[in-house]
Amino acid sequence: MSLQNLEQSLIDGITSAADETELESLRVSALGKKGAISERMKTLGGMAPEERKTAGAELNALKDKITEALSARKSALQAKTLEARLVTEKVDVTLPARPEAQGSIHPVSQVWEEVVQIWGDLGFSVAEGPHIENDFYNFTALNIPPEHPARQEHDTFYLQPKADGSRMLLRTHTSPVQIRSMLESKPPIRIIAPGRTFRSDSDQTHTPMFHQIEGLVIDEETHLGHLKWALAEFCKAFFEIDDVKMRFRASHFPFTEPSMEIDINCSWEGGQVKIGEGSSWLEILGSGMVHPSVIKAGGLDPERYQGWAFGMGLDRIAMLKYGIPDLRAFFEADLRWLRHYGFRSLAVPTLAGGLS
Amino acid sequence: MKFTLSWLKDHLDTEATLDQIVDGLIGVGLEVEAVEDKSKGLAPFTVAYVKEARQHPNADRLRVCDVLTRSGMVQVVCGAPNAKTGMKAIFAPPGAYIPGTKITLEKGVIRGVESNGMLVSERELLLSDEHDGIIELDKTAPIGSSAADALGLSDPMIYIKVTPNRPDALGIHGIARDLAAKGLGTLKPIKIPAIAGKFKSPIGVSLIFDGGDVSPCPLFVGRYIKDVKNGPSPKWLQNRLKAIGLRPISALVDVTNYITFTYGRPLHVFDADKIKGSIHARLAKRGEYLRALDGKTYWLDANMTVIADERRPEALGGIMGGEESGVSDKTVNVFLESAYFDALRTAATGRKLGVQSDARYRFERGVDPAFTQTGAELGTEMILELCGGEPSELVVAGHVPDTQRSYLLRRRRVANLGGVEVSEAQQKEILTALGFEVTEKPDGLLCAVPSWRPDVHGEADLVEEVCRIYGLDNVPFAEMPRLSPIAKPVLSPLQRRMIQARRTLASRGLNEAVTWSFLPEAHARLFNNGQRNRDLVLANPISSELSDMRPSLLANLIAATGRNMARGFQDVALFEVGQAYAGDKPEDETLRAAGTRRGDVVPRNWQGGQRAVDVFTAKADALAVLEAAGAQVQTMQVVAEAPSWYHPGRSGTIQMGPQNKLATFGEIHPRILAEMDVKGPLVAFEVNLSAIPGTKTRTSTRAALKASDLMALKRDFAFVVDEAIEADKIVKAAKGADKQLVSDVVVFDRFAGGTLEAGKASLAIEVTIQPREKTLTEEEIEALSQKIVAQVHKATGGVLRS
Repeated sequence: MSLQNLEQSLIDGITSAADETELESLRVSALGKKGAISERMKTLGGMAPEERKTAGAELNALKDKITEALSARKSALQAKTLEARLVTEKVDVTLPARPEAQGSIHPVSQVWEEVVQIWGDLGFSVAEGPHIENDFYNFTALNIPPEHPARQEHDTFYLQPKADGSRMLLRTHTSPVQIRSMLESKPPIRIIAPGRTFRSDSDQTHTPMFHQIEGLVIDEETHLGHLKWALAEFCKAFFEIDDVKMRFRASHFPFTEPSMEIDINCSWEGGQVKIGEGSSWLEILGSGMVHPSVIKAGGLDPERYQGWAFGMGLDRIAMLKYGIPDLRAFFEADLRWLRHYGFRSLAVPTLAGGLS
Repeated sequence: MKFTLSWLKDHLDTEATLDQIVDGLIGVGLEVEAVEDKSKGLAPFTVAYVKEARQHPNADRLRVCDVLTRSGMVQVVCGAPNAKTGMKAIFAPPGAYIPGTKITLEKGVIRGVESNGMLVSERELLLSDEHDGIIELDKTAPIGSSAADALGLSDPMIYIKVTPNRPDALGIHGIARDLAAKGLGTLKPIKIPAIAGKFKSPIGVSLIFDGGDVSPCPLFVGRYIKDVKNGPSPKWLQNRLKAIGLRPISALVDVTNYITFTYGRPLHVFDADKIKGSIHARLAKRGEYLRALDGKTYWLDANMTVIADERRPEALGGIMGGEESGVSDKTVNVFLESAYFDALRTAATGRKLGVQSDARYRFERGVDPAFTQTGAELGTEMILELCGGEPSELVVAGHVPDTQRSYLLRRRRVANLGGVEVSEAQQKEILTALGFEVTEKPDGLLCAVPSWRPDVHGEADLVEEVCRIYGLDNVPFAEMPRLSPIAKPVLSPLQRRMIQARRTLASRGLNEAVTWSFLPEAHARLFNNGQRNRDLVLANPISSELSDMRPSLLANLIAATGRNMARGFQDVALFEVGQAYAGDKPEDETLRAAGTRRGDVVPRNWQGGQRAVDVFTAKADALAVLEAAGAQVQTMQVVAEAPSWYHPGRSGTIQMGPQNKLATFGEIHPRILAEMDVKGPLVAFEVNLSAIPGTKTRTSTRAALKASDLMALKRDFAFVVDEAIEADKIVKAAKGADKQLVSDVVVFDRFAGGTLEAGKASLAIEVTIQPREKTLTEEEIEALSQKIVAQVHKATGGVLRS
């Protein structure tokens, strides 16, 4: 068979090979030890040098051609095989992914962190105090006299009387932390004190336990103008609005003098409140300059030291910011509510990244 | 405190609008709760004259009326039975919005007769439920004038919330004083009548207190007025009282209410003919009682001040009069009382008896003691005017208690406490307008406090007075200096742990709850070994469900799980980070991170692999919290002990040592679940974040990484051990075989039964061997394996499974 015919027949075979097995047997028949090309190679030795030169070159060219054809065909066949396999491996991607439970952070915890971010930037550290308090820290030191209505049982939770007749109580506000902070540290003092508070109250808008945040500054020069500034900046940062209208109303608290309540502007649409727009007013906190008697109870000289304090409902500002309608639901641990109003575990509020 | 605009204007000469007055009130700290201006809603309605009312030609019950209105004669079809010729009525023109029916009126044709408006009933104007007929006005009402005027409703009512420190604002005159100081007009002075007594009062007064301590009632002023004629008070007075929600009773009683609201000075009137002998103030005796004007009988004790005659208490001092001696239409001779009662005692009595009154409300906050006699004079004047009669001389027992005190307002104090520059002249002006007597001193203003301001007790109060009148809105914002250019961290280690614990648990699929710090007694016992800690029992719980302080967070989470199951949730994973209480001292409060899981940790799904929660789910949660909170978990022990509320065989404690337990975990005891009526199994953990020791050194530098370039290899071993042998022992023994080379040991299989001897278990471990300096030879590996087998055998008696 002429070399030309051999080539033609081999190429035809390779091109029509149906699978890799057939291709392999073709390779053996051409290039294997006893393959057609190999056999012809063996005859070169018996040839004259000139003849061998020509025939050798032709045979080598043929070998290269066949090798290349085999390789190309092999790739094509592999691609086809893979394609066929992939077709069989098709899955229904609309089937659900493996279930993973989604946890959540309670709004009060989220807002706790938001508030700490803001005040922390102004150098306020986070102070805490016990929930079970005594008379002195919760009332007396805060200039609330024994006969004050707030001390009555219908307002304050008391524990069982002790042998000496005294009774521990559940703190009715976070203000005892003011006294503890003054007694434990030296001015200048800048603290906030978020935490649980308790009042003997339960209706549509009151729960026997709720959360407050207290703020306290004690130094030698901080005045009412600083209080207004700090609270205005807080409101803008917390509610994430560029401007908020505030109304400062004279008020009365036993532990501050002068005292003021603060309203911010808002609108009501379809039962949802929007802070920073509209012409309605919403009371959000009580505040004032710390009463001289309170500074004294904190072990400091009121002639030298002064400062401001505020108290605000943590649950309440959470409700306002996130449009949560009912306070009572905060403490019911209803999964539907926790999932709806809760936050993702990695949604950590930061000043740099945004609070919400 | 309620009042009307015209009533205020009796005391305040002002051009200010209602809105300006409202803003002024809010600014000075008299928070406006509501303003009711009925004249706004009544604006379209006017007085009309029914010239003729005749039978409707096509309807028995209708009348056709020719009505003379502001804009001339119109024809109106009216269905009211009382529509009649010659009456004055209230006309609503087409286009008027009728508040009672919420309809805007249109011209219409009723049964073929044109009707161009409507004559309205009280209900249609939302004035009352009256709808039997149309409103019939007094014949003198001018045609075309406003309905609000004709109805006496044109006077807007203002309702303010007065803070407890401001009893002076519980009288309209005091409110006017604040507004005048604010610059909203001029305070009209009170014209104190000098009433000449015509005779000596036949009823004397005295103060009878043990030891002469007259503090419960230091001053009693009275007057006898004879030959009065009691009956309904005049319309203007009735209208004012009605406008602020008071019911007119009779002229005599209405006078006392009028003086109470006008001047914050409660008065009382006795029917003098029902008083036996003289009147005195004293403390009640045990066993005495008073049938009061509210119709209730109050049993009195020796801490309560009463006004008594010779027989019995006739009034509860500063709170309420008695029914027996009260005035009626038949009263001819009246005895007027204006006394001063101690605030604290009045409050205590009122609270103890549960009786509210306008008098108590004022006395317990502090009535102006210096106004006692003036009150009597003003009351007398009004009684004489409305009821006639002849007044006696005043009878007075006791003296006005001394409230005189002065404080210095230093020159810069308003600026450096109030943060606002107010000129000294203006400070003086404000304080003077509020009734302070101000004297200029070298270092400031010496201010004598007026008798009606029991709340002012120092310089800071004076600053407040200046600031609230000057306007808190006018205090400029002052930036607070930063303590450091870039904020420093502000959280304590425990606060950081709290946040980490919380976010870790949420990442693990648990939902954070915030539950009460309280729980019911039964649950408190379940989580305190059957005991009730007396120090944690509330004396006045709001309900029996919230009676004790929680010793553990788990009870409320388990109860919440039960509630969620009742809503149809089967897989419930809740956690809470909060305080638990072991006693009533501050150090007894610990911060815990606790969680409960029920149902599947991997729910049913099309790929299979559904897995229910078990002890080890809870253990993993506890370890994750500890790790996140910075505890050295590798060095901790896990022991098979746990509190009584856990399943005794399926629970454990993670501890640093027996004295320092950090966490518990396990299945909740089936008995506990049964008692709480929650269907289990349910697993739980509770980590005491407060107990985790802090790290001693605070450095951000990490130890250098010692990573070997040599490939680690793994070898598996399976040991047969007694079933009681804890896996941890095998792990520790294997680790101890060569602390350098053995870098990790993991239990990957455990089984009992099958081909194993009874009482035995097979535990398989995977040991990671990390060559440090050179690759290990087969011989070295074999030697290490032998050592591991030997160590495990030595520690546990376990033998390699063949």
